[in-house]
Amino acid sequence: MTDTTSNEPAPIELPAGVWSQPEVDMTAVAELGSVEAVQSVRAFASLTYDYTPGLATTRFLRLIQEKRLVGERCEETGKVYLPPRGVSPVSGLPTTEQVELGLDGTVVSFCVVNLDFTGNAQEIPYVSALILVDGADIPIYGLVREIPYNEVQPGLRLKSVWVEDSELTTSFENIKWWAPNGEPDVPSSELADYI
Amino acid sequence: MRDVAIIATAQTKHVRAATATNEVEMIQPVIQEVIERSGVGRHDFDFTCSGSSDYLAGQPFSFVMTLDAVAAWPPISESHVEMDGAWALYEAWVKIQTGHADTALVYSYGKSSPGDLPLVLSRMTDPYYEAPLWPTSIDIAALQARAAIQAGVTSEQAMADIAYRSRSSAAANPFAQLQNSAQPSALMDEEYLADPLRKHDCAPITDGGVAIVLAAGDKARALCSRPAWIRGIDHRADGHHLNLRDLTTSPSVSIAAEKAGVANGPIEVAELHTCFTHHEPILRAALGLGDDVEVNPSGGPLAANPMMAAGLLRMVEVANRIHSGEVSRGVAHATGGHALQHNLVAVLEGEG
Repeated sequence: MTDTTSNEPAPIELPAGVWSQPEVDMTAVAELGSVEAVQSVRAFASLTYDYTPGLATTRFLRLIQEKRLVGERCEETGKVYLPPRGVSPVSGLPTTEQVELGLDGTVVSFCVVNLDFTGNAQEIPYVSALILVDGADIPIYGLVREIPYNEVQPGLRLKSVWVEDSELTTSFENIKWWAPNGEPDVPSSELADYI
Repeated sequence: MRDVAIIATAQTKHVRAATATNEVEMIQPVIQEVIERSGVGRHDFDFTCSGSSDYLAGQPFSFVMTLDAVAAWPPISESHVEMDGAWALYEAWVKIQTGHADTALVYSYGKSSPGDLPLVLSRMTDPYYEAPLWPTSIDIAALQARAAIQAGVTSEQAMADIAYRSRSSAAANPFAQLQNSAQPSALMDEEYLADPLRKHDCAPITDGGVAIVLAAGDKARALCSRPAWIRGIDHRADGHHLNLRDLTTSPSVSIAAEKAGVANGPIEVAELHTCFTHHEPILRAALGLGDDVEVNPSGGPLAANPMMAAGLLRMVEVANRIHSGEVSRGVAHATGGHALQHNLVAVLEGEG
């Protein structure tokens, strides 16, 4: 019977032995009969790789070091990809034209993160958003700060907040976070293609 | 059974390390080329299937990024195997047999250069007994070569002859990574890499990829003047644990060869997935090929070995020779796992 008076989930009954180690039949190996059975092994493994960003992403990373956001356009569809990976996923053709983009953008979707996890340097709650950079046709992830989390909504206009010029590298981490730029919200109808 | 043929092929120039391009930039020109050659519209394929391995890239779901090259939006019917592309072709062949597709795009690629390939391949062994020992692909192949030599299947001299012949043949293959070879006598003077294997016995480490287009029946005839018909295709696996197998033979190849009908007619050319020289005599015996059958006129994997693509490449090399009219019947073999564990055999034929 389900207990309808409690908000606690009903206890789940599991068949016995589901997560236990099955009995090992060692009768055939007499000399091992008195030896303690191995219950588990832990085999450490690590492999080292060199990462190749590729031609398009290399172009992008070189320019982000100059505090510029440069996407690449698909000649067939006209869509601009950021960061560029070299190929348009709609046409299957190489993106060849580089397009200088703005340093501002618009929230197209977001979530308020309330869970802490290992390696997370942010204080919770914080807002992670999909941000459509001005001139791009695909949103990128970014952190939204300098605004209460419950005031973030799709259409919110943002400016990118960068590290000091002396700290610029070939990394997306050059953008520390995004913050409201004071412009009026973009109507949701204009964001329909990006959500 | 429906008639299914390879109607177009393309491959990269195979290199030791494609350091400038990422994976999608490496394979995109090959996919574009095969699509243009096939005459099938870019957005008109009924099915797309690819083969690659995250272990080579060191990235989870790395294959998803290369889907950019197949124009996967609006959504397409698509699948992927974490296996050599020969098995992606097999899946596409099954899809066409079921009647759910008349055309299929199949591609596979491998960039082995980001990692240490022989160590990466050690991860294919079982996780309890073998993997903790980190046996490299070359270590395991050396065990097999030693067993084969002791069983009289081959000899170090015969292996050097195979290396010499393969890389000499590759001189005529503009896509090959290694072309030409020192004389066998000079090869025999080299130090062992892993006794009894010398460097020349091993396939090179390669970055590259390959793509093909399959079509059924009249569609294939309409698009290709001389389609390479897949008359038989079968794949079988031997046991995973090395100690459960006789490494000097390959029962799975023999069964696959029988099911694929290799012996049902003369074989004019054989392209075999020989990652090591001693694989050739083992495979020749298991496939029942006579001494007169030309093996790996392209140079084979000993001349270009893009992981996850070198098996599908064998089908491409046989298909190319059928397309050109050079041969009418050939066999292609692909392998996966260590020491010829999992094997696929296909018989390709031209008409008239």
